[in-house]
Amino acid sequence: MPQTASQLALRIHNLRKAYKDVVAVDGLELEVRAGECFGLLGPNGAGKTTTVEICEGLTDPDSGEVEVLGLRWSSNATQLRQQLGIQLQDTQLSEKLTVFETVRLFRSFFRKGADTSEVIARVQLEEKQKSRVGDLSGGQKQRLALACALVGDPDFLFLDEPTTGLDPQARRQLWELIEEFKKSGRTILLTTHYMDEAEQLCDRVAIMDHGKEIALGTPRELIAANCAEQLVEFVAGGAAKMLDVPALRSIAGVRDVRSENGAVRLQVTELHTAVPVLLAELTRQNVPLTELRTHSATLEDVFVTLTGRHLRDE
Amino acid sequence: MSDTSISDVHAVKPAGNVSHGNSFADHPLVQLTLVRFREFIREPEALFWVFVFPLLLAAGLGIAFRNRPAEILQIAAVTPELAQSLRREKLLDVRQLDLPAAEESLRTGKVALIAEPGANGTVEYFYDDTNPEGRAAQLLADRAVQRAAGRVDPVSTRDQMLREPGSRYIDFLIPGLLGMNLMGSAMWSIGFAIVDARRKKLLKRLVASPMPRHFYLLSFLLSRILLLVVEVALLLGFGALLFHVPLRGSLLDLAIVCVLGSLSFCALGLLIASRAKTIEAASGLMNVVMMPMWIASGVFFSSQKFPDVMQPFIKALPLTAVIDALRANILQGANLAQIAPQIGIICFWLVVCFGLALKLFRWR
Repeated sequence: MPQTASQLALRIHNLRKAYKDVVAVDGLELEVRAGECFGLLGPNGAGKTTTVEICEGLTDPDSGEVEVLGLRWSSNATQLRQQLGIQLQDTQLSEKLTVFETVRLFRSFFRKGADTSEVIARVQLEEKQKSRVGDLSGGQKQRLALACALVGDPDFLFLDEPTTGLDPQARRQLWELIEEFKKSGRTILLTTHYMDEAEQLCDRVAIMDHGKEIALGTPRELIAANCAEQLVEFVAGGAAKMLDVPALRSIAGVRDVRSENGAVRLQVTELHTAVPVLLAELTRQNVPLTELRTHSATLEDVFVTLTGRHLRDE
Repeated sequence: MSDTSISDVHAVKPAGNVSHGNSFADHPLVQLTLVRFREFIREPEALFWVFVFPLLLAAGLGIAFRNRPAEILQIAAVTPELAQSLRREKLLDVRQLDLPAAEESLRTGKVALIAEPGANGTVEYFYDDTNPEGRAAQLLADRAVQRAAGRVDPVSTRDQMLREPGSRYIDFLIPGLLGMNLMGSAMWSIGFAIVDARRKKLLKRLVASPMPRHFYLLSFLLSRILLLVVEVALLLGFGALLFHVPLRGSLLDLAIVCVLGSLSFCALGLLIASRAKTIEAASGLMNVVMMPMWIASGVFFSSQKFPDVMQPFIKALPLTAVIDALRANILQGANLAQIAPQIGIICFWLVVCFGLALKLFRWR
């Protein structure tokens, strides 16, 4: 195998998977480098989970090639299973077992890996190790799921929406654990529909929509390429219809103007010069302003720019 | 971006993390089987249905259908004269009641028969001829009435009483309950656990790990066989101690029948659980499969009571085969050769169901 190829933890070529009437993955191309934390982003139904489950060897693709750690599921399944750490979306582990018993069970499947107690300590569940799984909080259950993924000391960790449904504190705690794993230099593939999660954790992200990759790069690159640095949003209510959009667009530093349902969104490069001019222009057009917000562009804004939809629309 | 190639990543890992898997307890099959036990004993309802319920059922039915020494039948007589004649029969408990009260008692089952004087010195008996007690009461009452009127029996007879363990209802019942218990515990424990794990996506999570898949199924069979020892010992011990139910056959043969029977019900449970995605769907299927066998396979009454045309089908049911084999072993002391046809039927179900289940089984 050429040296360049071996530095890829994952290579997906022309991947296709259709269910009865939905094309879940539509000719996807993707490469994840060894040692990076790669984020697969997109709204629900974008094909993220199908893609990940094909990479995990749980779903057979209709066509295309998938190479994980330089190996293929068709010929190296047993070896691959030992090298991957997998956390699936909404798995419910057996509620009657304790934390320790659960981790020990998963530990018994792997040839290598740390001791059960050590893995439990790594996800900060030492105090809960004798508790039944059914008595854990949502965040603790997700950390237990992470422990079950880490227990075989994996070279490649798959995390499918690890923080969905968790409160902010539990999410942050999980992020810290994932950051900790990143430091060991091994590869992570993370799916999420939280853009802040991707910005926080991922070295590179691919944005997926309708089974295709629509953008790829570091979070910074994507924002720089698709959005100006700053965003200004205001609500004009009923007056939005009379708004002279070309006039707004001609303001120095304004790169793009979108108006929908009375809410207007401007991409702005020079916030400090553009805003005073904007306010003056609105006064001239006699548009009453009920709300005005500015913020730095995020991946969420990238998604809106690319698709014209919000992530949580579906 | 790290320059480390994938093959080098191994070497980067801290040493000392690598050794594992020497100890018996860390074997995946042992861990999986332990999980089965833990899940079972931490479910009080399951403990009750598997261990306590069959004992309660045996005790209740054993007491209700115990062979009472020389059963006394209660009957009603409408006139004092008739009551007088009937009281000479020791096996009858005669109450003198007026006609409406007597009819009420007959309807509510307090008496088995009413004797009433008819026209011209005749006697009329009112009873339900489909009720064995009614027929017995009629024979006894008629004998008493005829003898009181002066009949002399031409042949003198003498009764010899034989009450031998092994031919009472409780003797019939215990093997039946044992068979029913083998079926119920095997099918529920496998079927429910697997469908529940599939519903919770735990099955999917397990196959995403390097767990050898056959160990998962094997852990169910192992735990079942270990629990079987407790289950069988409890029920048979209970029957032997409280009701003196005999154990006439070889215990090894009995164990073989129990294990084979339990495995074939496990296979049936696995087949039912092979595709079902919800508990409701699975329990519906379970009941469809088990209900006919509860009724037809001779748990509570002999399957011979069904019409002859149905007998070949009833004999082919796995529960019928298991219960017939158990009864032959426990009550008649039959050896394996004598119950070979039943063993054959059990093995047939085992192979067919297990083969089908493996073919149809879905992990997700």
